[in-house]
Amino acid sequence: MNNSGNRGLYIHVPFCVRKCPYCDFYSLPGETALYSGYAQAVKRNLSYYSERFDTVYFGGGTPNLIAPYMAEILSAADIAPGAEITAECNPASATAETLAEMRAAGINRLSVGVQSLQDAELKKLGRLHNADEAEALILAAEKAGFGSISADVILGVPGQTAESLSDTLQRLGKLPIQHISAYMLTLEPATPFGKNPPLDMADDEKMADLYALCQKLCEELGFHQYEISNFAREGFQCRHNLKYWRDEEYLGIGPAAHSFYEEKRFAVPKDLPGFINAPRQTTEITDDSPGDYDERVMMGLRLAEGIPEELYKPLLPGLKLLPPEYWALESGRLRLTSAGFPLYNYIVSLLLAHTE
Amino acid sequence: MSDTAYLNKIRNFCIIAHIDHGKSTLADRILEQTQTVALRDMEEQLLDNMDIERERGITIKARAVRLKYHADDGEDYIFNLIDTPGHVDFNYEVSRSLVACEGAILIVDASQGIEAQTLANTYLAVENDLEVVPVINKIDLPSAHPEQVKEEIENVIGIPAEDAPEISAKMGINIHAVMECIVKSIPAPKGDNDAPLQALIFDSYYDSYKGVITYVRIKEGSVKPGDRIRMMATGAEFTVVETGFMGATELVPCSGLKAGEVGYIAASIKSIGETKVGDTVTSADNPAPEPLAGYREVNPMVFSGIYPADGAKYVDLREALEKLQLNDASLSFEPETSVALGFGFRCGFLGLLHMEIIQERIEREYNLDIITTAPSVVYKIEMTDGTVKMIDNPTNYPDPSEIAQAYEPMVNAHVYAPSEYVGNIMELCQNRRGVFRDMKYIDETRVDLHYEIPLNEIVYDFFDALKSRTRGYASYDYEMMGFVPSKLVKLDILLNGDIIDALSFIVHADKAYERARKMAEKLKEHIPRQLFEIPIQAAVGGKIIARETIKALRKDVLAKCYGGDITRKKKLLEKQKEGKKRMRAFGTVEVPQEAFMAVLKLDDE
Repeated sequence: MNNSGNRGLYIHVPFCVRKCPYCDFYSLPGETALYSGYAQAVKRNLSYYSERFDTVYFGGGTPNLIAPYMAEILSAADIAPGAEITAECNPASATAETLAEMRAAGINRLSVGVQSLQDAELKKLGRLHNADEAEALILAAEKAGFGSISADVILGVPGQTAESLSDTLQRLGKLPIQHISAYMLTLEPATPFGKNPPLDMADDEKMADLYALCQKLCEELGFHQYEISNFAREGFQCRHNLKYWRDEEYLGIGPAAHSFYEEKRFAVPKDLPGFINAPRQTTEITDDSPGDYDERVMMGLRLAEGIPEELYKPLLPGLKLLPPEYWALESGRLRLTSAGFPLYNYIVSLLLAHTE
Repeated sequence: MSDTAYLNKIRNFCIIAHIDHGKSTLADRILEQTQTVALRDMEEQLLDNMDIERERGITIKARAVRLKYHADDGEDYIFNLIDTPGHVDFNYEVSRSLVACEGAILIVDASQGIEAQTLANTYLAVENDLEVVPVINKIDLPSAHPEQVKEEIENVIGIPAEDAPEISAKMGINIHAVMECIVKSIPAPKGDNDAPLQALIFDSYYDSYKGVITYVRIKEGSVKPGDRIRMMATGAEFTVVETGFMGATELVPCSGLKAGEVGYIAASIKSIGETKVGDTVTSADNPAPEPLAGYREVNPMVFSGIYPADGAKYVDLREALEKLQLNDASLSFEPETSVALGFGFRCGFLGLLHMEIIQERIEREYNLDIITTAPSVVYKIEMTDGTVKMIDNPTNYPDPSEIAQAYEPMVNAHVYAPSEYVGNIMELCQNRRGVFRDMKYIDETRVDLHYEIPLNEIVYDFFDALKSRTRGYASYDYEMMGFVPSKLVKLDILLNGDIIDALSFIVHADKAYERARKMAEKLKEHIPRQLFEIPIQAAVGGKIIARETIKALRKDVLAKCYGGDITRKKKLLEKQKEGKKRMRAFGTVEVPQEAFMAVLKLDDE
């Protein structure tokens, strides 16, 4: 089913200076002594693959912490000319030197964890940087030669208002960025926020208002929505993440990394020492028949481009149950409208429950 | 052995007990004592063989087993133990089982004393001239007070209990004394082998190889393979293929059954409807002049619609009902259509428990998702044109302008409870439009409250409400009285402006407002928010008397969806999808099955 072109490569970097109270991605704070061993293990794992990758994504955790090792890691993989190579980057720990190292290693896209440009909100989120530092990092990145920069924004931060979100987005619009990812804050059970939710968490009503505001402002600022949580200037959509949503294959290296590879989905255990010590990372199958109809519909309807006729045809009976403002059928594709996106789960499960 | 001498060695008896008082456990111990079942074959509570019975600890259908006991007097005796249902819904089956016996063991829990159902069944036994042998169970419990319980038995039932064996069926204490009591206290059966055959059917079930197997007690005469038999109530005739006894784990064929014996008859009978419990089997060639007394048609008391959650499963549902009916002649059903639910069946049940059991068996044994509508009783309507209609489905309720007088069924209900709860019980019964008749003290601490209550007030959740008001100490029993004139109205529920016929029901006019308000609240609670605002309205005769609104859903989305955990998110969406499949679409409104169930449980706080 997959693979018009090459696979993507995801490298999970499980290190942080400190864990943020809302984040449930696998990472360990303060394990600086393990950076080198981790990098060697990634290289070792990559040596088993001779294929060519055309997107690479360093996710975390805080990937900029291993910037000194990125060059040798990337040298262990066969990377297509013109590949998109992204690294996530935290304003609290990334420096001009980090940026230079990453640039030299071949990283050509940065995803900066801005989250908010309101100091009070950053504090609520337990971030180790302020708004000015985030802005400064983006300016420095541009100076270092990054021509493709994305900023992460969190919607529904405790205390966030329409005004404060608007201010954050307006300020981002003035920075040299080409992409915005805007996530609704969700309470993950295993996190401090999940265990003791902040009292002023946004409820669904407020979250819906903030989301709609974000959609409107991003569009006004020239960032077009191409996925539920992602907005980009023309030509700056994240090619690596598009692979996920288009149900294409990718290889994941590192503890907690997931793969969709040779028609299986599998995951690496959340065990950093195990990953470092094993000759080859262990994997557990999470889905041995991925890429089925439901999955392709689920993934495809996250995108503004929607799904083609052969996928949407069986959904027509369910469409009759949907108010028309939530979807559009045009140019042979079915897509959710911007009003439909915040109700994605409801709509998709309803459509799939009524397939013919 | 002379023609009738064998009778002296037979004891036919049943066990009467309240739920949880240890009937099945005692039955197991008796089976062990008689070595009927090798110990290694013993499964806990052997006689209850449906899963649901085991889980709920109740007996749904009567069973019987034949045992051999070597008594202290050196003689071997044949024991026929007939297990009886303990629940009010199955009262008729109990009474038929009793007629097959000469004696009954009455088990009373040493810490809890006599309960309503026990008492009702004991009275039935006494009325049928059975010798009642009391046994005090659970004496191993620290809270046991056997002397007080014995006194209670003597005061309330009026039978001597001083020598009642004090046992623990669970621990196997004193079971031998029970066995000897059976031999000494329960009379041997009587009967004449040469008289025309009269055999009472007390149970039957469908076997896919032998056809219907009827469990019978031969009162007079005898029967053997090759005989032509006739069912006296239905008139159906058959040739006997096999006769035999009920072993603990299998049927044991024999050459024939004689007066006084308990056994089974197989005669290639295709339909269980032809072998009705309580009917008399006689010889086609030499018929008895009269059937045995006491047979009556069992009429369903409670009706509800059963619909497949997935409309495509209609045929599967019909097959499931047909198969269930093979073993349960008291279940009735006929096709019906609902605007809201599509094609389904109107089913009649003996009572609420019977209804729940059938629903559970359909879901469990036939793996079908079903939606059931609110249970309804049968109403009698005198029309202005002089005709009389029996209405068991609110959808068919006539227009008020055509009704001269409506009648609803009343029951005589007895509630037994510790006297401290009298206030709570009276309040509940009054809320349910009950009319107080009298109150008797069973002993210093327990009372018997007698009310006349409309059946439609107890079919929903009366027992649950009763239990919650008495910390589970109360029990109740009822019998039909007949129809009384009543002020009834039909209450309709509208979702998004459309009447949902499956949610309509008939209610007393004085309770319509309260019901309507609660229905609307419950539905609001159980119908999830959807893509648009949904008004819920309750109406009587076109007049809206209650209203609630479900606000539109604003957000339902997984914001983050990266390669990391696509499998997890997919599972989540699949789960949501399954949830949606269990919903019913009314126009564009999706209603989960739970909402249908929830409106049945409107406890009046």
